[in-house]
Amino acid sequence: MMQIIAFYLFETILIASGALTILARNPVHSVLWLILAFFNAAGLMLLLGAEFIAMLLVIVYVGAVAVLFLFVVMMLDVDFAALRSGFVRYLPFGALLAVVLAAEMLFAVGSWQAGGVQLAGRIAPVHSAASNIQQIGELLYTRYIFLFEAAGIILLVAMIGAIVLTNRPRSGVRRQNVAAQNARRPKDATRLVNQPVGQGVEL
Amino acid sequence: MTAWFQSTFLGVELGWFVATLILILMIALPLMLAVAMIIYADRKIWAAMALRRGPNVVGPFGLLQSFADGLKVFLQETIIPSGANKILFLIAPIITFTVAQMAWAVIPFGSQQVLADINVGLLYILAISSLGVYGVVISGWASNSKYPFFSALRAAAQMISYEVSIGFVLISVVLMADSFNLSTIVLAQKGHVLGIINGFGFNPMLLPMAVVFLISAMAETARTPFDLTEAESELVAGYQTEYSSMSFALFWLGEYANVILMCALNAVLFWGGWLPPIDWAPLYVVPGMIWFFLKIGFFFFVFSWVKATVPRYRYDQLMRLGWKIFLPLSLFWVFLVSGFLMLTRYGA
Repeated sequence: MMQIIAFYLFETILIASGALTILARNPVHSVLWLILAFFNAAGLMLLLGAEFIAMLLVIVYVGAVAVLFLFVVMMLDVDFAALRSGFVRYLPFGALLAVVLAAEMLFAVGSWQAGGVQLAGRIAPVHSAASNIQQIGELLYTRYIFLFEAAGIILLVAMIGAIVLTNRPRSGVRRQNVAAQNARRPKDATRLVNQPVGQGVEL
Repeated sequence: MTAWFQSTFLGVELGWFVATLILILMIALPLMLAVAMIIYADRKIWAAMALRRGPNVVGPFGLLQSFADGLKVFLQETIIPSGANKILFLIAPIITFTVAQMAWAVIPFGSQQVLADINVGLLYILAISSLGVYGVVISGWASNSKYPFFSALRAAAQMISYEVSIGFVLISVVLMADSFNLSTIVLAQKGHVLGIINGFGFNPMLLPMAVVFLISAMAETARTPFDLTEAESELVAGYQTEYSSMSFALFWLGEYANVILMCALNAVLFWGGWLPPIDWAPLYVVPGMIWFFLKIGFFFFVFSWVKATVPRYRYDQLMRLGWKIFLPLSLFWVFLVSGFLMLTRYGA
């Protein structure tokens, strides 16, 4: 009973906030609706018993990705009228994408329903009594280790690429040398002088 | 208690619901009282270090000062700037306040004394603490004012930066404890050092991480020396500038609830949570909750002490500390701890 109530609660908010993400006039509101959608998706994951995935969803998407979205959207002055004017022009492409997605979902669910997915053929967790962090870990670091490392390398390359693309070395910039700053002592920077009256200071 | 409610006329599910609600109130209400007292303690400690008296008028020793402040704030008028985005402007403090309380669901106050004993407890805390930034960012944006916006940008960058190193510190603790569950982490610390001392922090290998965590916790809660978000000389009052009355008070309550949470996490992760410091039978006579509160109190004193004595960091120094020192250090420590465990616990 409780689970059903929770499911419908999360699901309704998820769908509503997903729709409002597209419909909101203000881009910042859009991102906030998107965050609410992520959050409710995490709630659905929890109901499925995938607590690890749910937490990762919140940490990665809500905690990091969406913050950066929000950052960018807040800084940009997006002119939504200009964006909306292209609506008719992009409509066919959008419709095509929607059809492709719908077809893929239909095929996936259809083959599942028709018994095309062999449940026995799936990779079973090593021992199903363990928590799902352990189960995922045991599969990820044994059977899928190469795929996992490949994903890591791709992310590393992407990161280096982003840094290389955005790094513009500037000349004539005075940089701070923190070690030198920390090594500075009062006697290096100040000097006690017993200055005779009537004579100028020597700097 | 849940079992008792479930055995009454309420039935299994409604009984669970009512029992959980009561348990939530049993955590949230004392937490708010603790926040009120800890604001008082903060001001007293701060005053003592500045050779002042601090609050000493309202009630005995000024103990009721926080309540008087609360009443004052409650009776004030809520001012919403005309240029502000009204709904978001009012939601932002509520987010900060709610998120600060949510994380307490998984904190173990004693053996078996925890609201939600979930096996991803530490990840839950990371997830919830990463939500905290939204209250600040939304308030900064919704105020439609320059200084709050600057403050919001600073806060977002600062919290994301220090969350990275906090994440790695947590991983080295998780590796040592072999679990994400906070109760298991506490129990793993029993007799951790030489078989008699409770707490990962007493282990020389994890002590540096305890220090990194303490400093990162200060940055994460935007306490001095990392309170760039409300640097009054530059940003008026940061993201709270446009707020008044209860919406302002909610930020305060949330902020201090977060500070206590970080103190509690310090105690749970590194200093044995509800275990006494030494694994010696007579010390277990004292209830676990008392040890836990003593540890929280100690770390809060450290927080206040730092606030009273250390000057504010410059923004570039803050970023340098987070990204160039803590991140490589904590990442190296993950390697160190996992390498050590591979050699010892898991037998090469």
